[in-house]
Amino acid sequence: MSNKSQKPKKTILIVDDSELNRSLLSDMLYEDFNIIEAEDGTEAVMTLQEHELDISLMLLDIVMPKMDGFDVLAMMNKRGWIKNIPVIMISAETGSSYIDRAYDLGAVDYISRPFDERTVKHRVMSNFMLALKQREMADMLSEQIYARERDSRLMVEILSHIVEFRNGESGLHILHVSTFTEMILKHLMLITDKYNLSQAEIKVIVNASALHDIGKMSVPEEILNKPGRLTQDEFEIMKRHAAEGAKMLADIPYRSNEMLIRIGEQICRWHHERWDGRGYPDGLKGDEIPIGAQVVALADVYDALTSKRVYKPGFTHERAVEMIQNGECGIFNPLILQCLDDIKDDLKNELHVSSPGQSIDRNMRDSVEDLLKTSGGDVSNRTVRLLEHERMKFKFFSGLSREVMFEYVSSPEMILLTDYGAEYLELPEKILNPAESEFGSRVFDRADFDQLLTRVKNSSPESPIVEGKYRLNIHGEQKWNKVIVRAVWNVDGDKPVFDGALGKCIDITEEAEEIQQLEVLADKDQITNLLNARAAKKQISKRLASQSDKLYALVFFDLDNLKKANDKHGHLFGNELIKAIADRMLGNTRSSDICARFGGDEFVIFMQYKDQHQIDRIFKCLTKDLKGFPVSVSMGIALSDQCDGDYDKLLHMADQAAYAVKYGGKNSYKFFSELGSGGNGGGLINE
Amino acid sequence: MTVEECYEKMGGDYADVTSRLRTDERIKRFLLKVVDDASFNNLCENIAAHNMEEAFRAAHTLKGVCSNLSLTMLQCSASEITEALRGKTEYSADIEPYLARVKEDYAVTMDCIKNLD
Repeated sequence: MSNKSQKPKKTILIVDDSELNRSLLSDMLYEDFNIIEAEDGTEAVMTLQEHELDISLMLLDIVMPKMDGFDVLAMMNKRGWIKNIPVIMISAETGSSYIDRAYDLGAVDYISRPFDERTVKHRVMSNFMLALKQREMADMLSEQIYARERDSRLMVEILSHIVEFRNGESGLHILHVSTFTEMILKHLMLITDKYNLSQAEIKVIVNASALHDIGKMSVPEEILNKPGRLTQDEFEIMKRHAAEGAKMLADIPYRSNEMLIRIGEQICRWHHERWDGRGYPDGLKGDEIPIGAQVVALADVYDALTSKRVYKPGFTHERAVEMIQNGECGIFNPLILQCLDDIKDDLKNELHVSSPGQSIDRNMRDSVEDLLKTSGGDVSNRTVRLLEHERMKFKFFSGLSREVMFEYVSSPEMILLTDYGAEYLELPEKILNPAESEFGSRVFDRADFDQLLTRVKNSSPESPIVEGKYRLNIHGEQKWNKVIVRAVWNVDGDKPVFDGALGKCIDITEEAEEIQQLEVLADKDQITNLLNARAAKKQISKRLASQSDKLYALVFFDLDNLKKANDKHGHLFGNELIKAIADRMLGNTRSSDICARFGGDEFVIFMQYKDQHQIDRIFKCLTKDLKGFPVSVSMGIALSDQCDGDYDKLLHMADQAAYAVKYGGKNSYKFFSELGSGGNGGGLINE
Repeated sequence: MTVEECYEKMGGDYADVTSRLRTDERIKRFLLKVVDDASFNNLCENIAAHNMEEAFRAAHTLKGVCSNLSLTMLQCSASEITEALRGKTEYSADIEPYLARVKEDYAVTMDCIKNLD
């Protein structure tokens, strides 16, 4: 507590229907804790739902409206919260039945009113510390169990892999046998209590199933991998592998009492026995054969049937099941055959869909969970649940976002894609050696990928984010993507270590198109669909610069009587007038000419200049009556040979000419060249 | 009126409250909150509406508030009405004398608190 100022404060939930009581308590505790308050049981449950993982301790009143303290405790039991959040009851009720009931429901302590500051602080603090220690221990325990479990599985897998390697079998045989064995055994426990295996025993059988063929180490390689049919003598030698395997295990010094060894021995020796007693090496019959060996025998046959071998093709799942059930491949325990029949669809999915890596992950997760359950390590559920929750959340959101997200792991080097990403790119979720893979060399250009990776590795813990635009090859199409990657730096040691990165690719092909469309929109005047001033300037300047040999006219005019039109016929008519002018402009110019509205009642036409008739015709068209309303414009014209290719100068000249018209009686047009040498707008008023 | 004088006048236990809440400043702050506490009004209204279970809860809360601040006199009358209401589902007139006492003590207590410096 001495370093409370440095550590983030833990949160306490105070539940009491009296505001005054709540503030008294929070007044006593706020220095050491964050406080959340709830004024009755329902609010408490809602708060727990929302902040469960933030709440380190709870103070709970008993007598409250809506939902009392006992109801809250009952709910906390139901949801499992009570295991992780210590609850201290508060009440003026000191009757022992109340206290007993609260303890029975999982409360850890009891503070009676009136509150004494020292008592409150002390009880809260000590219960909080206790819970904290307990949680730390539980996490440590689960971590150790996890590590131990992983190591032992790894050892068994290494060992069985060696055997497979020598047998020239596919790398999946052992995996399939153990998966099959596990599924059959679990189902067997559901349909009969004849064998009554515990979860732990099933686990040992599944692990030991990986050892079933170790005896083959003693079989000469020529026989083991002979492509054709074995001779009778060869077959006799081959058959020895069962007894040899059992012997190998039995000979392991000092370990003969280990369950894994004992079960392993049984499986090795008897996985070629038959239910009818006609198997080898001992000719055991019926349930003389241990159940583990019986199931592994079936698993072994099934996988042999469905696998391709040098001397035969692989049968389909359906055909293999049929052959087994017809007794074409040996005689099995009818109960086990029933299991096979019951779960054949699940088997098919499990064995033909899952990859080895997934299965190991799954097995490991299962066994850690099992172990935690059986060893009473339920205390750490919160961690597991939190993790599970985060995983689900991530999966959900990443699925929704329709973006390719990936994780880059630096060692062993691989890329992990989200479900959606894998599906979208048509790649596996787990990609080893990413630079050489489809991901690094097809989706990304190899050079791009290397460059991106280098940039990420050169980032720092302070600024770990790298982004750039890359052209990705998706389904054979080139798509521009914005790729954002965040490097993950491990800063536990003295020097930050690059651990990997998280990233996502955002398709911006559409975005780029949208921006283009927006640009077009932004160039248009809203009422008339003519260009606006900004866009007109851009286009006219471009034309002046690129085609300086041609003679252009810039016609600038405004409506003399728009205000009058508005006043007399209303605003809508004013708009109609503006639209009509726009239509007349477009109708009397070529599509290559530029027509623009500069806002208000000002318009511009930019076109190749022929002669004055051209201007006269346009002027007359523009000034025709609209529904009996006399349209009047003041128009100025400037020619491009006088502007040195400068748009602003050209516009200014046309503007001055129009200005001269305006103050010279309106409803006419004038060329800038007519204004005389000193021409400026102000001086022309009296002209 | 100081906090100590106030406690004397409203029949509270100043020694007890200081031993628990430590400072006059804090005691005063929470005494002022008692004025805003809804449980007394809840008690009166629920009895008037013959809603005995809610009335019990309100009485119980009032008692808790009083005990926290060592308002011994009001706590006693609140405690008595709490016990009278415990398990009661239907209104009967015999609750009225209890309520009258609570009201009387509550008035005295409020009066004292409002006259704090």
